Parts: sequence; structure tokens; C-alpha cells
Amino acid sequence: MTKTIVVTSGKGGVGKTTTSASFGVGLASRGFKTAVIDFDIGLRNLDLIMGCERRVVYDFVNVIRNEANLNQALIRHKHIKDLFILPASQTRDKDALTLEGVSNILEEMYKTFDYIICDSPAGIERGAQLAMYFADSAIIVTNPEVSSVRDSDRMLGLLSSKTKRAEENREPITEHLLLTRYSPKRVARGDMLSISDVNEILRIPLLGIIPESPAVLRASNGGVPVILDEESDAGSAYADVIGRFLGEDIPHRFIEEKNHWLKRLFRFKETEPA
Amino acid sequence: MSLSDKITKILHYFRRPDKSAKMAKDRLQIIIAHERTLEDKPDYLPLLQKDILAVVAKYVTINQDDVRIELERKDSCSILELNVVLPHVDS
Repeated sequence: MTKTIVVTSGKGGVGKTTTSASFGVGLASRGFKTAVIDFDIGLRNLDLIMGCERRVVYDFVNVIRNEANLNQALIRHKHIKDLFILPASQTRDKDALTLEGVSNILEEMYKTFDYIICDSPAGIERGAQLAMYFADSAIIVTNPEVSSVRDSDRMLGLLSSKTKRAEENREPITEHLLLTRYSPKRVARGDMLSISDVNEILRIPLLGIIPESPAVLRASNGGVPVILDEESDAGSAYADVIGRFLGEDIPHRFIEEKNHWLKRLFRFKETEPA
Repeated sequence: MSLSDKITKILHYFRRPDKSAKMAKDRLQIIIAHERTLEDKPDYLPLLQKDILAVVAKYVTINQDDVRIELERKDSCSILELNVVLPHVDS
């Protein structure tokens, strides 16, 4: 059975698209047939983050309007055979997205896909509402910062009332907290909300922590989802997140302050053979 | 500036400022608790409250805070609870 995942946050710029892209790559690399759908009509960006911007011919809205069929619009990832991207339209207005249209497309995708990842736009307008409407689980991307935490709480409220599962009184959407741009150093200094602070306020299970990392910008510069940068802290944190999402028991990493350079140097000397 | 003022100022300079993360957490807890109580309420509720207030105010003088309006959801229906605190009127 297909699982539909929404990646949402309310606030913009917290890492929804970065997360959607890495989630797509992570799940597809493990052999699940996965599609990532960009719901940000008019401000398409998933294509850039996933490095397929020059291969976009048809988009989400074309399919809704029957100007193209789903297979024409889905872009297969260059290297990962089980990964597909459905780009948002860049030119049309948001009203082109309809409940019926989205429902029809998803219905068709349920036949072949294991996972469908809905990359939500910021805000609480139609695109964001439709991205979450059909979801089975939700990834709430949150920065340890007041406006992001408040917006995440708003989104949790919407997830529990304005979704298909809520309306049909079915089992509620599974919620996962993903804390991104986390800086253990600033938390230690008392200048940033800690994991437990955010947990205490939002009260949903923690799926993972992605540390603030230069690897994320490098990844988007190159159009290669950061999870593929296996050497990087952010990349390996995303790989852990995928494992945890699939039920593996993986301890959280990158939550402690890195050792001071002097300490590191000292330890290096200690371990060096005499 | 007296000597003690100067000392206070110097001490203040060296004092560690309040942790800003603590402030963030406190502020968030308050605003989110408040916003959660507003959730799930229909949009017309504040307007309804304003209109009811206006009607009551035609007869007695009351404050905005003297009208409380709650909407409680039961399985198949909602209950609108209206609470108006009237001031003591000397007859």
C-alpha cells in the first residue's frame, strides 16, 4: 500500500524542499518506488534542488488540466531508477490546484508507487492545505527559533483537523518532528532552543536532528540532494532519519558540541602511536 | 555618578546576560498555549461576540471582557455557551 508523506512547516526557508529531496533519494535508494511532488505552484524549486530543472517539460497543473498524462510529467532521476519528480507549474496561478485534480493524480500514483512525498509550500494557503490533505504521515520541519516553532504548532493544529484522515475520523496522521539547522554550540551557550525545549512545546515524536551545515548550501548549489553527500554531517543525519522513519533503531547524532580544536589536537596526540 | 553607581555599572558589564533561549522558550509556551485555545473555533465567533456585546450594551454598560463565548463540540452537535457578567444595578 502506498504511503503518502507531507513535508510541511508553515514558515518558509526552514528546509522543507531540502528534506523532501533527501527523503525521496533515501527511500528510493532503498528500493522503494518513490515520487516527490512539488506543491509550490508558481514558485517551483524542487526541480533545482534535485538537479532536474532542465528536464521539466510538463508539470503538475498540466496533468490536472489533462494537457499531459502523468507519465509525461513525471521526471525520472538520472541515477536513481526508483525516484520520480513531479514538478510544480511555474507560470500558472495557485487556483489551478484543485482537490479533485490532486485526488485523481494521487489515485493513479497509488497503483505503482510505494511512497509519495508531498513537498508543501510555506504558508497555509491552498497549496499547503492540499499537500497535507491526503497524507498518512507528516514531517514537520522546524528550526530551533521562535517563529518556526510557533508556525509548526499551527500546522499541527491543521493536520489534526483539515485533512482527509481527520474528516473521515480515521486514525490520525503520524506526526514526526524534524529539527533542522540545529547548532549544538549555540544551544550550549544558551542562545538557541534545545531539542528538549522544542520537544516540550510541540510534543510530537522526534524523527531527527539535522545540524546546521555548509553541506546543505553546497548540495543545493549543485542540485544534488544533501543525503548523497555521505561524508557530511547533514547528509549522514538525513540517512539516519530515513532509517528511523522505516522503523530502525538509530541513536541521534550531531547533538553534542564538537570538541574544541585544542581538545581534538590533544586527543589526536594521545592516540598517536609512540 | 556615585561610586556605587560606577561599581554597579562595571558589575553589570561583566554579568552574564539572561540566556536568550530561555526567553524564547518562555515566550513560546505562553503564546502557543493561548493560540491552542483559539484553534478549531469557527471564524464567526469573534464577530458574534462583538454583536452580542453591542446588543447587551444597549441596555447595560458592560466591558468587552464581560462577555465570554465558548463553543463546545459534542459527538453530533456543538454547544454555544454564552456568559454575560452584568454589573450590580441599584434599584
